[in-house]
Amino acid sequence: MSINATLIGQMITFTLLVWFTMKYIWPPLIGAIEERKSKIAEGLAAAEKGQEDMERAAKKAANVLREAKQQSADIVNLAQKRANEIVEESKGTAKQEGARMIEAAQAQIEQEMQRAQEQMRKEVSALALKAAGQILQQEIDNAKHKELLGKVSEQLGQA
Amino acid sequence: MASEEHAAEGATGYIVHHLTPLSVGEGFWTLHLDTLFFSAVLGALFIWFFKVAAEKATIGVPGTSQAFVEMIIEFVDQQVKDTFHGKSELIAPLGLTIFVWVFMWNFMDLFPVDILPLVASMMGMEYMRVVPSTDLNATFALSISVFLLIIFYSIKIKGVFGFAKELTCTPFGPWMMPFNLLLKLVEEIAKPISLALRLFGNLYAGELIFILIALLPWYIQPLLGFPWAIFHILIITLQAFIFMVLTIVYLSMAHEDH
Repeated sequence: MSINATLIGQMITFTLLVWFTMKYIWPPLIGAIEERKSKIAEGLAAAEKGQEDMERAAKKAANVLREAKQQSADIVNLAQKRANEIVEESKGTAKQEGARMIEAAQAQIEQEMQRAQEQMRKEVSALALKAAGQILQQEIDNAKHKELLGKVSEQLGQA
Repeated sequence: MASEEHAAEGATGYIVHHLTPLSVGEGFWTLHLDTLFFSAVLGALFIWFFKVAAEKATIGVPGTSQAFVEMIIEFVDQQVKDTFHGKSELIAPLGLTIFVWVFMWNFMDLFPVDILPLVASMMGMEYMRVVPSTDLNATFALSISVFLLIIFYSIKIKGVFGFAKELTCTPFGPWMMPFNLLLKLVEEIAKPISLALRLFGNLYAGELIFILIALLPWYIQPLLGFPWAIFHILIITLQAFIFMVLTIVYLSMAHEDH
């Protein structure tokens, strides 16, 4: 159990090992580790940012959707109102038109009636003259009895 | 030093045989070939495994070996960052080397105590002590290297004068100079000695217990050997970790300028 030259040999081996580790082993490995660490940190940050962006986008989309819904509801309301208006308007127009048409028809009927009355009066007076002529068996002188005839035809017209 | 001699002594002979290193040379110039061989092989294994991982290192998804190596690297790096607040190219790789190398030394302890010596004896080698950390030379080689680094950095950071001042004028001021110096010398020299002896003691004792278990009847051996091996996994990791952490602490103390 004595200390001897083995010690020196071991020290040399140790020195070589440390030198080699320092030169060829530690730097590349620790470099890779650090680089990966920073990469992971970047990735995590990016992921977080992406998440935030997504949330913001979702919020924005919800807003847009709500606005669109509101807008469409407004449009529907407006359209309904407009339709009601149009219906009311056409109702009014139709009524007016109807009234006008009725009026025209009535006027026409009146006219026809008058014309028929006129014709009837003429025919009746002619018929009456004929009948009266036959009854009297004599010629009625239009010129002589003008006044009388006029009276009769007037009376007939009033009847 | 013949094996027959030991064999004749029964249990004691078995134990002593197991704890005798394969050595060449005489006196101070004795070399423990087993210690040198196994620590070099383990060191080469460490270098090879980590070098391959370092060459294939990618910042993308790491492979299995890279992930494993990175786990160790990050573990060591974290220890260094927690303790040492300067900037140093050396300390973290030094810590890594110590941690992995010492762990591998200690791991040799988990091989069944008779296997490698048996193989060695087949190859004509009489003695074989496979755990380098049961050799004081190995543990002291580490701790003395660390000690030299402590002195080097103390002088580099604080200057010769600053270091001398720290040795002589703290903790009690310049009027107690001899006493301060004595205190400081003990403090400094205690560092490598405690580092080396702690590791050596733990592993030597652990190995000794494995050898003692191996002396028991075969049906008791698993009963004791298995729990002890499990427990020993903790010890070998812990000792490697302690050696690394204390090295980092001592070196960061050397870097601190008062």
